[in-house]
Amino acid sequence: MTPCLTITNLSATLPGGARVLRDVSLDVNPGEVRALVGESGAGKSMIGKAILGVLPSSVRQVSGEIFLDGQDLGALSASKRRILVGANVALIPQDPLTALNPSRRIGSQMTDQLIKILGWNSAKAYTRIRQLLDEVQIRDRERVLRSYPHELSGGMRQRVLIATAFAAEPKLIVADEPTTALDVTVQKQILRLIATMQRQHATAILFVTHDLGVVAKISQQVTVLYGGMIIEQAGVSDLFADPQHAYTRALLRATPRYNDPDARVEPVQPDVLAGLQNELAANDHAWEKHLG
Amino acid sequence: MQRILIRLFTMLITLFGVAVVVFIVIRIAPGDPIAMMLPPGATDEDVARLRALYGLDKSLLEQFFVWFGGIIQGDFGTSISLRQDVLGLVLNRLPATLELSLFALLIALSIGGPLAIWGARERGTSIEAGIDIANGAALSIPDFLWGLVLILTFGVLIPVFGISGRVSPRLDLPFVSQFYLFESFFRLRFDLTKDLLSHMFMPALALALPLAAIISQLLKQSLKEVMDLDYVVLARVKGFSETQVILREALKNAALPTLTLIGVQFTFLIGGTVIIERLFSYEGIGNMAIDAVINRDLPLIQGIVLVFALLFVLVNLAVDMTYTLLNPRLRNA
Repeated sequence: MTPCLTITNLSATLPGGARVLRDVSLDVNPGEVRALVGESGAGKSMIGKAILGVLPSSVRQVSGEIFLDGQDLGALSASKRRILVGANVALIPQDPLTALNPSRRIGSQMTDQLIKILGWNSAKAYTRIRQLLDEVQIRDRERVLRSYPHELSGGMRQRVLIATAFAAEPKLIVADEPTTALDVTVQKQILRLIATMQRQHATAILFVTHDLGVVAKISQQVTVLYGGMIIEQAGVSDLFADPQHAYTRALLRATPRYNDPDARVEPVQPDVLAGLQNELAANDHAWEKHLG
Repeated sequence: MQRILIRLFTMLITLFGVAVVVFIVIRIAPGDPIAMMLPPGATDEDVARLRALYGLDKSLLEQFFVWFGGIIQGDFGTSISLRQDVLGLVLNRLPATLELSLFALLIALSIGGPLAIWGARERGTSIEAGIDIANGAALSIPDFLWGLVLILTFGVLIPVFGISGRVSPRLDLPFVSQFYLFESFFRLRFDLTKDLLSHMFMPALALALPLAAIISQLLKQSLKEVMDLDYVVLARVKGFSETQVILREALKNAALPTLTLIGVQFTFLIGGTVIIERLFSYEGIGNMAIDAVINRDLPLIQGIVLVFALLFVLVNLAVDMTYTLLNPRLRNA
């Protein structure tokens, strides 16, 4: 089985040469959810942006390949890549309050890709969108379609964005911390909704999060990142049962458990951080050698 | 509805304020209209008689109420130098200035808008730097200097455009209104449209260039700010090209701050017509304003200033209305 996404030795730098991604390699199989876990600045969102081709202008991909269904994205022209990625990869953004255009109606924003990029006719696109609004459990869908974003709550907007992400039946969805900006009460509903939609549509998801509790609920595979470097990759049950790296163990100890509220939550210990710094330094050294 | 009424009320107060200020200022300013009208040998009695004839012997307060009472009844007084009804004179000239200003605005938008979009698409490159330099040059040269430059290049060195007047004098004009350009268009007299545009092009361009630079600079800046927002990134992810993203997602939201500025700047542009019309001997209200000031024609100056004030107020109203149209969040507010 060809993985739906393969990344090999992906490195990206900031101006000045500091690396935000260090030789990242990972696979996502069709229909599988892989979680990318790490602290802020670990590079987990960067990986998503690199796949989608929307890296910030200051960040440059300096090595590595990204394959979508076996197709090397780096071998394509910019416009071919844009169309291919647009049709096969979707994004569920982090903040539903800023991810919708304030001056356009929801219906137009949900259908524009289907009509303008994929060439569907308007009736077919709206039928599809109505069906998806039902799936994300939006009851008064006709009102929502006519609304402007400011007329909907944050949870509603995230449902709209989830429905939009599934609309073109993408092979892969990058979910970039899709619950972080929401109220705690809504977070759980949205997470459950994404999991249900993922199963129904058998869509592969690269799920970016800093919350190991979320990882356990939704994903089959986990990649732990620190400082742009992959620390550990494993199946979710293996990782929770038998974490190999000291940092992974420290992360697990630092995660509050809702079923055991009295359990101690420990910050990541200084010796673990020192070990990580050594690994980063060694990695930098190897990189400089590689550059010659 | 209530908002519109409040709006109209504040407009009237503004206009009243302008009326008071202009009335006082031109009477404080040196120069006596009566002295300008009479031959050097006139006696004191002649002066006094003429003063009484124009009501200038009364107190300032009395003069103001006579004038203002007349305005309310639609009587703006009689021009001292031209011996004609002020309202008629102003209305006769106003269409020429309106056509010139609107044409200039159109030119400014069609130069500034595409430049801004191009610059935003090529942000961070030498193309954007080039656009910045061009904007800086256009902005630092005032409109009347642009006028002179244009007259020299396209009127004298390579004479392609008319440099004087509104229309070639040899042409027969079938028009019933003073909106020559509009009327020639609707009468399908495109030969006249062409002649009118040829005369209007250079003064309009001179007025438009600084405004075009401002539009280009500000719109480009707003576009660049919008281009990194989440919904623009999402549109790129969907597969839209950079140009599509700018036109579909960014432009409408980025246009709001630019629009406010265009409103303010357009009033400056209308103010600029005074000198530009003089420069190109264009028979608009601005050209008439300069004659009125030279002749100390108090009623005519007052009338012209009031009309300019009314234009400014209306432009601001139009900007507000467009703002509401572009921003759905303001509609129910």
